[in-house]
Amino acid sequence: MTDNEIFDQMKEIIADKLGVDADKVSKESRFMEDLGADSLGLVDVTMELEDKFDVTIPDEDLPSITTVQAAIDYVKEKVA
Amino acid sequence: MKRIVITGIGVLSPIGTGKEEYWSSLKLGKSGVSQLEGFDTDELKVKIGAQVKNFNPKDYMDSREIPRIDPVTQYAIAGSVMAVEDAKIDWDDVDRDRVGTLISTGIGGLQTIEKNILQMKEKGARRVSPYFIPMMIGNMPSAQVSIRYSLRGPSSNVVTACATSNYAIGEAAEIIRRGDADMMLAGGAEASLIPIGIAGFANMRALSTRNDDPEHASRPFDKDRDGFVMGEGSAVLVLEDYDKAVQRGADIYCEISSVGYSTDAHHITAPDPEGWGAKQCMKVAMKKAGIELDQVDYINAHGTSTPLNDRVESNSIAELFGEHLPNIDINSTKSMVGHLLGAAGATEAAAVALQIKNDTVHPSTNFFEGEEGFKLRLVSETKKRKISCALSNSFGFGGHNCCLSFRRVD
Repeated sequence: MTDNEIFDQMKEIIADKLGVDADKVSKESRFMEDLGADSLGLVDVTMELEDKFDVTIPDEDLPSITTVQAAIDYVKEKVA
Repeated sequence: MKRIVITGIGVLSPIGTGKEEYWSSLKLGKSGVSQLEGFDTDELKVKIGAQVKNFNPKDYMDSREIPRIDPVTQYAIAGSVMAVEDAKIDWDDVDRDRVGTLISTGIGGLQTIEKNILQMKEKGARRVSPYFIPMMIGNMPSAQVSIRYSLRGPSSNVVTACATSNYAIGEAAEIIRRGDADMMLAGGAEASLIPIGIAGFANMRALSTRNDDPEHASRPFDKDRDGFVMGEGSAVLVLEDYDKAVQRGADIYCEISSVGYSTDAHHITAPDPEGWGAKQCMKVAMKKAGIELDQVDYINAHGTSTPLNDRVESNSIAELFGEHLPNIDINSTKSMVGHLLGAAGATEAAAVALQIKNDTVHPSTNFFEGEEGFKLRLVSETKKRKISCALSNSFGFGGHNCCLSFRRVD
């Protein structure tokens, strides 16, 4: 999967779980600062990403996933 | 002693949204009970209920918040928005550190509980939503309303089953009276009219199974009653210190003159057959308000339509008021809206306030014939009456009894 393919699938999940418009979500978006996520929202997003991409994201990896790009990289690495 | 008054009413009920629609339905004797919609009832013994119709949470909150707010809290927010609007509160003129919330629920976010337990069974513990706890805990209606309006006085939740929102309103009035707040948003919300809730109450044999005739299923005090009809919704009242209400030029519905508490200490669900607790909470409320038996014009009965409650309550009222009984108009709001559990007392308090304000008593519908020896005078059709003093009863599983007394403000 390319970055863009992952991003397209991810965008809807992020928008839905964080209650923002999908067109506000970019690869550069920071979850907390730009998309208004709190710690619960972040867990909610990652749970959905686990389902969608069939990966496991352990709690200790959460602090490193601060931007949408970081989430894309994380998924790409796990899926590969 | 401080006087506490009602200055705003918000209602989300099975017979109407907003005080106008609610009041016009009450006067018409309209039933909110129908076949249950929105889920499969094949497995359920009870297929009827009093559902809120046409509720759109987007009318009251940001659409992005909705998935993270349980319906019970959505109902509480809707009721609060309507109550605040009705009370014409200008928040710039109110010290919000002195405003609190006591919008209670008897059960909490049952829909969220059901959904997450199923999710855990199906997909494992890792799939339980991080919002599960903050969505389902019973204090969240008060908390979310406090956040919405930045109200920073006291906020909590009183849980006493079907007496929940009478307790909440009584306690909110006491919070103002003792000086902990100047204004409270008080009432109840309930959203447990879903299969797990229905099955639970149905298996207690607490619910009417008159599935083929929903409009006549909630029939308080009628000899053919066979249980209560579950309802859902919310009612929120704005309570204020009388002096402060007058100062800001608020319209006043009536005064909440006292609250009387008692406990049966008898059984987890059945009322004490002697009705000691029922009589006691009415006596305490009257004593605290300085009302004599002959001063009560009207009683809003708990009147659930269960065989036991209605027998004990009618005997208790008859014994307590004796020769004065013929002067007292009595009705059960539940005959129309069903039993809103934790929101019941609040929808009834709203009905009492509207009746006092409009010099009108609403009917108690579906009463055809009482049991032998039945002495209460139920109001069969809407009638004019100036109500100076009123009582409203709520009795909850666990033996929690609570009577609110109301007084006309001229």
